[in-house]
Amino acid sequence: MPSYVILEKCDGCKGQDKTACQHICPNDLMVLNKTTMKAYNRDPAMCWECMCCVKICPQQAMAVRGYADFIPMGASVTPLRGTEDIMWTVKFRNKSLKRFRFPTRTTPEGSAVPDGGFKTAPEADNLKSPLLFTEPESLRVPALPTLKKK
Amino acid sequence: MAAFDTVEVTTDLLIIGGGMAACGAAVEAAYWAKKHNLKVTLVDKAAMDRSGAVAMGLSALNQYVGMKAKGRTPEDYVHYVRSDLMGITRDDLVYDIARHVDGSVHLFEKWGLPIWKDKDGNYVFEGPWQLMINGESYKIVIAEAAKNAMAQLGENGKIYERVFITEPLIDGDRIAGAVGFSVRENKFYVFKAKAVVVAMGGAVHVFRPRSVGEGLGRSWYPPFNTGSSAYFTMKAGAEMTCQEVRFIPVRFKDAYGPVGAWFLLFKSKATTALGGDYMVERRPELQNWAPYGLVKPVPANLRNYLMMLDQKEGKGPTYMRTEEAIGAIVSSVPDEKERKKRLKEVESEAWEDFLDMTISQALLWAGSDIAPEQKASEMQACEPYFIGSHSGASGAWISGPEDLQTEKSKKEYFWGYNGMTTVKGLFCAGDASGASSHKFSDGSHAEGRIRAKAALAYVADNPTQPKVDAATVEGLKKQILKPLDIFTQFKGQTDSPDINENYIRPRQFMFRLQKLMDEYAGGASTMFMTNKPSLETALELLKLLKEDSEKLGAESLHELMRCWENIHRMWQAESHVRTILFREETRWPGYYFRADTPKMDNEKWKVFVNCKWDPKTNKWDVFKRDIIQIVE
Repeated sequence: MPSYVILEKCDGCKGQDKTACQHICPNDLMVLNKTTMKAYNRDPAMCWECMCCVKICPQQAMAVRGYADFIPMGASVTPLRGTEDIMWTVKFRNKSLKRFRFPTRTTPEGSAVPDGGFKTAPEADNLKSPLLFTEPESLRVPALPTLKKK
Repeated sequence: MAAFDTVEVTTDLLIIGGGMAACGAAVEAAYWAKKHNLKVTLVDKAAMDRSGAVAMGLSALNQYVGMKAKGRTPEDYVHYVRSDLMGITRDDLVYDIARHVDGSVHLFEKWGLPIWKDKDGNYVFEGPWQLMINGESYKIVIAEAAKNAMAQLGENGKIYERVFITEPLIDGDRIAGAVGFSVRENKFYVFKAKAVVVAMGGAVHVFRPRSVGEGLGRSWYPPFNTGSSAYFTMKAGAEMTCQEVRFIPVRFKDAYGPVGAWFLLFKSKATTALGGDYMVERRPELQNWAPYGLVKPVPANLRNYLMMLDQKEGKGPTYMRTEEAIGAIVSSVPDEKERKKRLKEVESEAWEDFLDMTISQALLWAGSDIAPEQKASEMQACEPYFIGSHSGASGAWISGPEDLQTEKSKKEYFWGYNGMTTVKGLFCAGDASGASSHKFSDGSHAEGRIRAKAALAYVADNPTQPKVDAATVEGLKKQILKPLDIFTQFKGQTDSPDINENYIRPRQFMFRLQKLMDEYAGGASTMFMTNKPSLETALELLKLLKEDSEKLGAESLHELMRCWENIHRMWQAESHVRTILFREETRWPGYYFRADTPKMDNEKWKVFVNCKWDPKTNKWDVFKRDIIQIVE
């Protein structure tokens, strides 16, 4: 079905104006039912299975069931995303398990400095100059290449 | 009319989109806007952290020139792209992105994107131009830098999320802004801007997908890329290019997992079910597509085509020989302990490749108990996509940079501002700009940066706010909200909200578009074959569909977005059919095949096919433009 909500675990993000899954879904699929205070996927057939909702859910109340029209039943892929890495548990149809841990970022969350510490050359200041901000230092070559005219 | 408040936002630069190109535009614009005290506004239909095609993550940066690391030049990249696109490319645009892309990659690394390094601290290349990354949070990192940059502008930098842009605003020959609506509350948005950067992605679900049920959502490119860039630029009256150059990715079957790491990093081969290697056995066929067929790497569309030739002869399915590739890697390690370690590494790399960017493929392997070291996996050509950033080329026809023109090209390829369309003040990046393929995610970011700076140069030169006519805005509001009104008016008449003589809901409208495109415009079910009469039939059916688009009905804001997404797709489809029809040859046989003109004709057709819809007359014009070689 693509992504679905485990009703027992979902707390509707405790009555905030929107749930985490609703905030993040790139295809606008997640909705909060204000009566039950549970989220739901309004259109599973438009789900890309990107798992953005699964990764962000603070209650781990979301999962993905593989597309029923071509994925055999019984397997699961579960992410557990931290601040610097992500752990994946892959459960096979035959019950065997694989676990993987991969880094996700090398800097603290929120810390990205736009210019990355690269200086912008003064000659870039003209808005018509092809040099972009942080250049040429960020290119790691002395100058922005231009055409060797025929 | 449905009760919607109108919210007006006045800005200098408007960036539409939230993906890689839009984030590049935002980070660059913020720097120059701060220096020049200008306002920048970004509007995204999703949440920037996970919006656009990199939402899920990515396992490689597919464009890295390595000017320092490899001593390569932008010229080298132009040679590669030109051949891959069978000679149809803008040297100036490809060169321009190539000379800036390394800078974006180095910024990504500083921001926190983990790029694989070898023991000497050098980047690990997946293939000639591709760097391996741990890319699960790639988009989050890139969005973070963009948001941090915009925050430095204070009141002059605003981001609107969950606002879907549907139509351009025009003042004479100049862009004046855009209108759209919130998908969360009853608000209609009017953005008035001096310049606009369009970066709303490519188009998916224009053609019928191969899936038959809920796998509809498992498109290779994301289902939320709905042709909004192409629609916006066409409706503004901008000239388009390469609208015929769709992309057909060949991927692991059904879940569309990536094959790049298998082919390039693990050196895997693909064979038919009968064991033949079509890249070897079909090699003589490449002569028919010379000179492009004879270069290495063989152009993507020709690799597709060789596979399809085998499939047409009934030799399918086609398999990625994962077991042979892993066997070869492992057997090259003599020490047994080291061999086990290497096997473990390869296994981890292979799974990460899926988990970082196509999680469904991991689910499919797990559900099918696939051990890649033991069993080969099936590959298939997906349905067609419009993705000017990858190996397709569709998008707007834009001015190139001044310093990269020859005397001859300057007349054709340059009109004042780098990346500006034929509509003044309207700029395009990523999937929105055409004839500049193979920029992928990181090149799209670099292109967004280039466009933002040029757009601000335009703003500095044209400081007056364009005029926006209030009556026009009111008319657009009425037109955009109409599907809600239609649904409300008629829904009570029948037993089912889906079945009503007075309206069509967006889901069935999309299926109607997909069916006609699949059957008449060379979709997967005809093995991407079409011909003149079929394309003319497609145009007839599109005309009826366009008439019926006036009767789209929407139950909710979400469905209203779906209505407009599908109108956007329909316009992408129409421009595609018109250009395929115009180009009377077959140039990219693995993307589409004109059965009535089955050969490449360099005499007549080594040209761009451009098209333009005229807002005043509602007429299409399709025409040739010369290709001017700039790089030797």
